[in-house]
Amino acid sequence: MKTDVLRKLKLDIWSLVTLGVLVLYGLFLIYPLFNLLIQAVVDKKTGQFTLDYFIKFFSKPYYFNTLLNSFKVTLAVTVLTVMLGTPLAYFFARFEIRGKGFLRILIILSSMSAPFIGAYSWILLLGRSGVITLFLRNTLGIQFPSIYGFTGILVVLTLQLYPLIFLYVTGALKNVDNSLLEAADNLGCSGFRRFRMIVIPLILPTLFAGGLLVFMRALADFGTPMLIGEGFRTFPVTIFNEFISELGGDDGFAAAISIIAIIITTFVFLIQRYLSTRKVFSMNSMNKIRPLKARGITNVMIHLYSYIVIGLSIMPQVYIFYTSFKKVQGTTFVPGYSFGSYEMAFNRVGRAITNTLLIPGISLVVIVFFAALIAYITVRRRNIFTGTADAISMVPYIIPGSVVGITLLIAFNKPPVLLSGTILIMVIGLVLRRLPYTIRSSVAVLQQIPMNIEEAALSLGSSKIKAFYKITMPMMAAGLVAGAILSWVTMISELATAILLYVGRTKTLTVEIYTQIIRGNYGIAAALSTILAFLTVISLLVFNKVSGNRELSL
Amino acid sequence: MSVNISIRNAVKRYGENTIIPDLSLEIRDKEFFTLLGPSGCGKTTLLRMIAGFNTIEGGELYFNATCINNMEISKRNIGMVFQNYAIFPHYTVQQNVEFGLKNRKLPKERIKADTREFLELMQILEYKDRMPERLSGGQQQRVALARALVIKPDVLLMDEPLSNLDAKLRLEMRQVIRNLQREVGITTVYVTHDQEEAMAISDRIAVMKDGIIQHVGTPREIYHRPANIFVASFIGRTNFLEAVFRKADGNILLGGHEFSVPGVSSDDDEEPVVLSIRPEDFTMAKTDSGGIRSTIRDSIFLGLNTHFIVNLPGDQSVEIIHESQMDSNFKPGDTVYLTVKADKINVFSRDGKRNLSREN
Ligand SMILES: Nc1ncnc2c1ncn2[C@@H]1O[C@H](COP(=O)(O)OP(=O)(O)OP(=O)(O)O)[C@@H](O)[C@H]1O
Ligand SMILES: [Mg+2]
Repeated sequence: MKTDVLRKLKLDIWSLVTLGVLVLYGLFLIYPLFNLLIQAVVDKKTGQFTLDYFIKFFSKPYYFNTLLNSFKVTLAVTVLTVMLGTPLAYFFARFEIRGKGFLRILIILSSMSAPFIGAYSWILLLGRSGVITLFLRNTLGIQFPSIYGFTGILVVLTLQLYPLIFLYVTGALKNVDNSLLEAADNLGCSGFRRFRMIVIPLILPTLFAGGLLVFMRALADFGTPMLIGEGFRTFPVTIFNEFISELGGDDGFAAAISIIAIIITTFVFLIQRYLSTRKVFSMNSMNKIRPLKARGITNVMIHLYSYIVIGLSIMPQVYIFYTSFKKVQGTTFVPGYSFGSYEMAFNRVGRAITNTLLIPGISLVVIVFFAALIAYITVRRRNIFTGTADAISMVPYIIPGSVVGITLLIAFNKPPVLLSGTILIMVIGLVLRRLPYTIRSSVAVLQQIPMNIEEAALSLGSSKIKAFYKITMPMMAAGLVAGAILSWVTMISELATAILLYVGRTKTLTVEIYTQIIRGNYGIAAALSTILAFLTVISLLVFNKVSGNRELSL
Repeated sequence: MSVNISIRNAVKRYGENTIIPDLSLEIRDKEFFTLLGPSGCGKTTLLRMIAGFNTIEGGELYFNATCINNMEISKRNIGMVFQNYAIFPHYTVQQNVEFGLKNRKLPKERIKADTREFLELMQILEYKDRMPERLSGGQQQRVALARALVIKPDVLLMDEPLSNLDAKLRLEMRQVIRNLQREVGITTVYVTHDQEEAMAISDRIAVMKDGIIQHVGTPREIYHRPANIFVASFIGRTNFLEAVFRKADGNILLGGHEFSVPGVSSDDDEEPVVLSIRPEDFTMAKTDSGGIRSTIRDSIFLGLNTHFIVNLPGDQSVEIIHESQMDSNFKPGDTVYLTVKADKINVFSRDGKRNLSREN
């Protein structure tokens, strides 16, 4: 009798958790999105339903072209990253490459910085007065083609995002049984033909998944087109401009563009879902692919390819690191080296550094807490409500960062819930954006833990909550923390949301770097970027320690 | 096409570890040849050397008179059946089977006809449009066989192809493979660690241990005249008894008993030996007619057969297997007299390395 009552009570605890999660999502995601929609379709003056904003967007080439631009460059980036990252991953899996471990670290590092920092570094190198451009022009008389616009965005984002494909494909290749490759070889199919006929089809679902992630990141990226895009205006730039310009900007119009953005990403997401679920092959790899020593020209080509791609992708960071120690006078670099940039950086922007530890730090705690709970209820308490919570939690995955920012601002910039300008709103933004990733990785971890371990605890008289905290949670911990560190790394280099939500007090490092770049204080920007990179490296080292060399998943 | 494989002084090393120190072997044309040995003895390694997946650190491999040491895998014209079948999961059954033909750029008509022929031969024609994940283990096995054979390879290699099947299917597919090999008439190298399977399927067997071939012979030879104690113990069950061989009269002395075993030769006058006697080769009698006086310690009834543990004089004991009788008159504690057919006894040197009765 007593156990019956108790059981009911404990069920209620998980139901309460589910309810709480749903309420929070309702307040901080559904309500703002709904609000956004209202803004987009209601005329502010008359209070009437209107499609004027949408008509304005689609009728004026000035706006509509940004959509086309975004699509063009994003698709190009996606295709290029796949073409660059897939062979690299395949080479890494199949062949012995000198310095492979170190190269792998470089790949990860180059993907972990904020894309706009890469853009800024490429401008320093190849821009109008970039060192390489000047060198080529002055000593060799060669005019280097312009890096601004489409090309620049393409180069920067491709080199920034191909590591995602690399990591995805590396993971997928782990599931490809070596005997499949051997069988193909044995049947007269080797080399590139085998790569095309056997390997690609087998990892296709992964390529779609990785491609989607690249697409979403590239589409949503704000800093890169802002810095290097110049006349080539993309979506996030327009949203930002419309929203920020003329003090307050046009909320309704920005909202309408945001809605269009969401519709597009949703569409892309659904297509990807459809494509990749149709082609999944269950594979169990008994014999992993083992790296072999390539011979002769193949060996040379593989090494060249790997070194060039990875070299190019790490170059921006190396160059920033280098410039951070250059002597600065005013806003220009002068010959000689000093720590001047660092001094100025610490003096002027001490707050940004603490904010960068504080805001993502708080977010991280919240994320881990909710990711564990949501993963748990979706895996272990599957029902309509937990399913809904799970689905809602994935929504921000397809919402570009700047849209998240705008959505929150529009919803919470007036009483009753006035949050704009607070740390809280920045935390909410980060939490919303990162939760989907951490939940997914936690779900994966949780699915590996057999249910009966928890059942054993229950049968030994432990309560459900206690079983969760004492048994399941510790078993999830390593995976959870590993996922959290990766979230942390992405959060400290986040710009798109922060640039909209920050005020002076809540400025973060990325926002500060961005501002300094815009002001032309390249020395300070370089010093701050280096500090950020340093934080990233430390975090990754911790990740490695905690995860015991678990695979990196983003 | 008739192909015999010669392996001459092959060496395989993985870094510091020598897996195969020096291995020579002749595999005859159209022969069903099995590599048999305990786990880790290097069977797969050797097979993969033939296939070209493993490098060779020394020695030569020949198909007929052609040295294939450095020949590309895809040029060797080998059909291979993998332990996990390695069926391409993204191709249908038919696409899997025709894959090798397509790589050979054969005419379309020819590809179609050949594919169909082998789908029919393996009785999987009705599944030709299925994806592999919707096939049973046995059907996948048939696809793997069809795919390996349709390219008309010179040599067929199989690495434990039956180990993923349940016991019943294993017996069935064993027969399928055997018949197919005869029908197609192809030199076949087969790897297994199941000695019963090896006996049932092979023309000849090479028993391996630690990368060294211990014995090559027909199943019969290997069972009845194993080259050494390892082979005797690995193939079937047997009892080992310590005894002494006396050259003067050619008798074996075992626990105060003397009897003659034909064809044993030794250099010493009195050589300590080990006898290997299969459990089914003993006869037990209640009355003394010249047998070894022993005591039944235990009996285990297993349906078809009954196993007896019998103590011999001088602290040795043997296991004896008899067909079960309706009413057995052998009970634990009984005294019995054991006799063995002399020509079924194998006499090994005490170190176990030589079979002294081998020559006959
Ligand atoms: N790639 C490798 N690197 C290092 N050692 C290896 C490698 N492959 C096999 N070995 C070693 O070579 C020895 C022989 O392995 P092999 O796979 O040939 O055994 P096997 O006879 O096929 O055994 P099983 O019956 O278990 O399949 C083993 O000791 C194994 O550990
Ligand atoms: Mg093996």
